[in-house]
Amino acid sequence: MSDAFITRTEIESDGDGSLDGQRIAVKDNISTEGTRTTCGSAMLAEYVPPYDATVIERLKASGATIVGKTNMDEFGMGTTTESSHFGPTTNPVDEERVPGGSSGGSAAAVAAGEADLALGTDTGGSVRCPAAFCGVVGIKPTYGLVSRYGLVAYANSLEQVGPLAPTVEKAAELLDVIAGPDERDATTRSEGADTDYASAADGDIDGTTIGVLTDLVDGADERVAAVFEERIAELEDRGAELREIELDSLAHAVRAYYVIAMSEASSNLARFDGVRYGISGGFDGDWNDAFARAREAGFGSEVKRRVLLGTYALSAGYHDKYYEKAQDTRAWIKQEFDAAFEEADVLASPTMPVLPPKLGESLEDPLQHYLMDANTVPVNLADLPAISVPAGTADGLPVGAQFVGPAFGERAVIRAASALE
Amino acid sequence: MSDASVDPATVAHVADLARVDLDEDEAEAFATQFADVLDYFETLDEVPEVDSEPELVNVLRTDEARESLSQDEALRNAPEAEDGYFEGPPVG
Repeated sequence: MSDAFITRTEIESDGDGSLDGQRIAVKDNISTEGTRTTCGSAMLAEYVPPYDATVIERLKASGATIVGKTNMDEFGMGTTTESSHFGPTTNPVDEERVPGGSSGGSAAAVAAGEADLALGTDTGGSVRCPAAFCGVVGIKPTYGLVSRYGLVAYANSLEQVGPLAPTVEKAAELLDVIAGPDERDATTRSEGADTDYASAADGDIDGTTIGVLTDLVDGADERVAAVFEERIAELEDRGAELREIELDSLAHAVRAYYVIAMSEASSNLARFDGVRYGISGGFDGDWNDAFARAREAGFGSEVKRRVLLGTYALSAGYHDKYYEKAQDTRAWIKQEFDAAFEEADVLASPTMPVLPPKLGESLEDPLQHYLMDANTVPVNLADLPAISVPAGTADGLPVGAQFVGPAFGERAVIRAASALE
Repeated sequence: MSDASVDPATVAHVADLARVDLDEDEAEAFATQFADVLDYFETLDEVPEVDSEPELVNVLRTDEARESLSQDEALRNAPEAEDGYFEGPPVG
């Protein structure tokens, strides 16, 4: 029995469309009416949403069947899917290793053929990382392309729902279904209406200028960097022009990401009070006592760690030092990316700086765990689209290449990634 | 390099602000881990001040009654409910 799913189900479509007959796995932080949505947390182990997320409505209208809700790091907080209350998911490529995270169950379900396609969510790499570790394709859309209505929020200025699939074209087809403005999410943009991303997966790289993000290549494990560099050189042989691009701001991206994500988490997760849903803290003492007991019982260690660090970063005397500086860093990264797109059509790097770790290996030291996100978080901070595509293997383990595009440049990253397949 | 050492009393204070009870082992582990993470955050100091003008627009809609969840649906996930209300601990 697969450990990719938290809940197996069979939610039938209510329409016909481009996903007719496709079996789709959905990350368990996306609300499904009548099917429990746990976020990988004890807090929501019994939570059954009374409504569908917008992306679920769109899946159902397009002919897809939802076959299950997939395992994930608790509330999306992790890079390995090991912080799930329901236990870890193993990597179908090597069962001693993690599938990546936080959308690890979605990537594993696609890699093992238990679903044709899957939805994940990407706050700091949570679609691209497991795509890279499991050898499948994953897309993090431009912020505002896909509705977040019905997504249980972790860090809402950073996250987007994104597709996982065995091929670039199939991932693009799924993105075409879920993209588009939604009056229930005021951050969605008109650029997502009537998209045609699937036709961009034509493998034509001739004449494309690829900016190689040297800071992110140099920071990678040499086995990962070697695979990446060999495949990128192939694209040059096929007519792409390569340029080396250095961005000084990227050295601070992980810091800025964690300050912002933890701060937003501390605010977003304040809703879990054990009264409207979740685990009750009982009725002894006052409201604050009950609230604090509910959260002790319902949250795992990583969630508590991030909520507390976020509370600290926003507290009196520290707000300017951490949160304001993180926002400066975010603006700096955006400006440097904008300048880079004056010189290049797409930017490229290894998706992950490391090969998939063994289960348990990266749990001891939270800071080292966070550093695995170095190559993926800059894109979320800059609101940009990015894709991870399988680039080959090192020591028998999958290596992913990441292409980053300008805002709403999904077609450019899809085309570049399809050239690597 | 930094003065961001975290004593257990600070962890307890932040846990109180965040309304999360911690057991003793957890509080102790967090004190060490927080020192590492906050120490790592220190170099944000080196980031230059950046002038940015985010492209923000207000998205408004008219405030009118529309279809929403029924009372039963809204209460369905509540651990305790009574007479159509959420039931919570005593206030203050």
